Amino acid sequence: MLPSIPVWGNEISVEKSLEYTDPAAKKIIADVALNAARVKGATYTDVRIGRYLNQYVVTREDKVENIVNTESYGVGIRVIANGSWGFAATDKMDKDSIAKTAELAVAIAKENSRLLTEPVQLAAQQGFGEVSWKAPIEKNAFEVPVKEKADLLLAVNDAAMKNGADYISSILFMVNEQKYFASTDNSYIDQDIHRIWPTFYITRINKETGKFESRDALSSPMGMGYEYLDARPEHKIHTAGGILYKGRYDMLEDAKQGALQAGDKLKAKTVEPGKYDLVLDPSHLWLTIHESCGHPTELDRVLGYEANFAGTSFLTLDKWKSGKFNYGSKEVNITADKTEKGSLGAVGYDDEGVKCGKWDVIKDGVLVNYQAIRDQAHIVGLEQSQGCCYADNWSSVQFQRMANISLQPGKKELTVAEQIKNVEKGIYIIGSGSFSIDQQRYNFQFGGQLFYEIKNGKIVGMLKDVAYQSNTQEFWNSCSAVCDQRDYRLGGSFFDGKGQPMQTSAVSHGSATARFNGVNVINTGRKIG
Amino acid sequence: MPILTKEQARVLLAKVLNYSKADECEVNIDGSDGGNIRYARNAVNTSGAISTTSLVVTSAFGKKSGVATINEFDDASLEKVVRRSEELAKLAPENPEYMQLLGPQEHSASTLAFSAASASVGPKERADAVAQSLNVSKAKDLSAAGFLENNIVYSAMMNSRGLFAYHTSTNVAFSVTMRTPDGKGSGYATRGYNDFSKLNAGADTEIAAAKALSSVTARAIEPGKYTVILEPTAVAVLLENVFGDLDARSADEGRSFMSKPGGKTRLGEQLVDERVNIYSDPLNPDLPGTTWAPDGRPQKRVNWIEKGIVKNLSASRYWASKKGIPAIPPPNGMIMEGGTKSLAELIKGTEKGILVTRLWYIRSVDPQTLLLTGLTRDGTFYIENGEIKFPIKNFRFNESPIIMLNNLEELGKPERTISVESSGNYLLPPLKIRDFTFTSLSDAV
Repeated sequence: MLPSIPVWGNEISVEKSLEYTDPAAKKIIADVALNAARVKGATYTDVRIGRYLNQYVVTREDKVENIVNTESYGVGIRVIANGSWGFAATDKMDKDSIAKTAELAVAIAKENSRLLTEPVQLAAQQGFGEVSWKAPIEKNAFEVPVKEKADLLLAVNDAAMKNGADYISSILFMVNEQKYFASTDNSYIDQDIHRIWPTFYITRINKETGKFESRDALSSPMGMGYEYLDARPEHKIHTAGGILYKGRYDMLEDAKQGALQAGDKLKAKTVEPGKYDLVLDPSHLWLTIHESCGHPTELDRVLGYEANFAGTSFLTLDKWKSGKFNYGSKEVNITADKTEKGSLGAVGYDDEGVKCGKWDVIKDGVLVNYQAIRDQAHIVGLEQSQGCCYADNWSSVQFQRMANISLQPGKKELTVAEQIKNVEKGIYIIGSGSFSIDQQRYNFQFGGQLFYEIKNGKIVGMLKDVAYQSNTQEFWNSCSAVCDQRDYRLGGSFFDGKGQPMQTSAVSHGSATARFNGVNVINTGRKIG
Repeated sequence: MPILTKEQARVLLAKVLNYSKADECEVNIDGSDGGNIRYARNAVNTSGAISTTSLVVTSAFGKKSGVATINEFDDASLEKVVRRSEELAKLAPENPEYMQLLGPQEHSASTLAFSAASASVGPKERADAVAQSLNVSKAKDLSAAGFLENNIVYSAMMNSRGLFAYHTSTNVAFSVTMRTPDGKGSGYATRGYNDFSKLNAGADTEIAAAKALSSVTARAIEPGKYTVILEPTAVAVLLENVFGDLDARSADEGRSFMSKPGGKTRLGEQLVDERVNIYSDPLNPDLPGTTWAPDGRPQKRVNWIEKGIVKNLSASRYWASKKGIPAIPPPNGMIMEGGTKSLAELIKGTEKGILVTRLWYIRSVDPQTLLLTGLTRDGTFYIENGEIKFPIKNFRFNESPIIMLNNLEELGKPERTISVESSGNYLLPPLKIRDFTFTSLSDAV
């Protein structure tokens, strides 16, 4: 089914979305805010001037349902006064309104300081002066005519319908964040960030039995331009589960095979519950990594800041301090990386002016680090933030969000075919499906898009009604082999939710196909009426 | 832009319509003024004030329509947004599903959702409420994390066929999680009101604190099928998956739990226990809602499930005209009738069972059967001989709310609650259910 589509801004023309505001003009606005806050007693101020552009093209079968262009432009001002954080935002961009907004942020900080228990400790951060960073895209999706995009989606829908789909919805999401950051650390950072996600949802129905099955696109949301939709042979991986995509995506081809595979799902054998060795494709494994490693290593969760909503974490500070907490097997090396090309989380600097980098989170199976921001760094003995601060809009206050968290490929040569050949009784899972995990990230359950039964090293047919349940530590300790670099691919989430009020962020997770031994599989088939 | 009164909105929207040169034009305006405060580890960590207004113009030439939005309200901007929607309409492909705009409608006049005193609540009142909550956590040596937000909102619409509608409300939502310092106990409470003065953050925090303290030293019991008592907060996150799927089009198209083989649906059939009555009513004083849908259709009382039989499905105006069925808009609040027993009385009448105070991370596993998965959270307790005997470790469940409503044992007294998944407000009873399926244990607290 379609996800709900968040729309953050006002509708604008396509032409207007191609305009870019001069950084010099933004510096003038930023300096007004920095000065106004300082005069009112702020000891630290940062200013984020954001222009957030979204374009969504939404189709269904032979109809264009909606074309949405939105723009949201304004400024968010965050201050420390009396040791407390304060934040205020406005879309009135005259100097007077901006100064008043900065003053309001200081007033809120002072109001909050009466409930203060300990003052904010901000890790030192060098200023970078006037710098810029641009996502290394090849083709700006906002420059591609809307008609070309709508025609592509209608062709995708037609291909699916001709191959047996009863219904298909297809969508192109495109995002451009034009962000300017300035702070009292003397940074003036201009960034241009692009993201794209082509996706579809196919349904096939057996009218006699009334059974229906769906197959979602095997695309990934990416930190790329329109070039993501230009797949060449080197971007295709031929597997027992069909063609999979690495770095680029052939939407038309995937719609055809998706419609056929939805038909296969209607005829698939229902799974026998029990223990299986799972061979998990990166199009599936990204979500397991996201939920069971990405979230529990977020330091704000560990410390309790998300206790009332997203939850806390089982990866408590004592486990990290011990230096030997056995998160996974020796095969498990997981990194945080805010720089990986084409990833959703790649930026030059985060939303509090920290230059981004890469670090180990799980090393040879052991928990070695978290994901932190400036006011948390001292808690884990860091002199500097790891650059994980993000706000989804100028009007939202920035807070700790997930870096790209990825399972590193295996060091020994291993292909997907060889991985499957070594399995006696297993299931090969492709694509992400249903997902649920507890508030401390111990117990999880995942479904998928395509399930293939493996018997004695061979794929013997398709299964349905499959979900696996495990405990995070047990699961990652059952990881016995990860394919090599050739199979490494990115998956990701375009709308990851956290915080109150909730904010979304986009984040990638890379991996190569990996094997997990003896995982508990349940049968999800039920009958009603 | 300030919150507009009914007459101010009428004048503004008429002015916008006057600029229209399209065959049809409709203007919607939504405004909100409010703020929030968030705290954790017994201290405030963020708070903010937010004021937004958005005006949306839909213009149509034949079956070609365009939409444009603006948040500036000078005359030039208002004319610009109308022209822009007209340009987009001319460029748009024909939409075969476009329906002519509605003419004047009869909407019930209702001010039930508005509290004048609540409209002026600001940062000080919010901070005071949080201070009450923090007083409880500090006195009991617990750690509090919570969120409070309130606002005044209004919406209005007018179109070239003479339809005008206006509605305003005040809203407050509060939630708090209390945890013991050793991390072994956790409790939660949430409340939603239209009247800020009804909020008692201190009392609600006491409830969360009691759950936190009594859930320490939870024991593990085997997963399996158990009789459960679900508090209304837990009922909400399960039943809203039913509410959202009471839709004619997906049922007719064969891709919902309401579908049956051969293109038929379960409309009119006995779907669940005959004690289940679910309806929506924007004039219910405990859960007042808007008396009109965004396209202008009146929102009236609708019986969705009566004595266990599905009586109505919502439908877009297009789908209703294609199928010759009533064009009932989706509800903006749901109410389930219950009994007179309190939660304590339900527990008292239970020989063996489990009290579930909150459910979390609910996801659809199979839309065909509405099978859902998720976990218990923030206080789960074993009941024996009418008493809570001891706290138990959290469970993962795999259960369909349709199967669950066929395994109904007893209903308690309904109360207003908030879904922790969607933030939707509902009026729901606690439910006693037999054979609820827990499939594994969780170590989470």
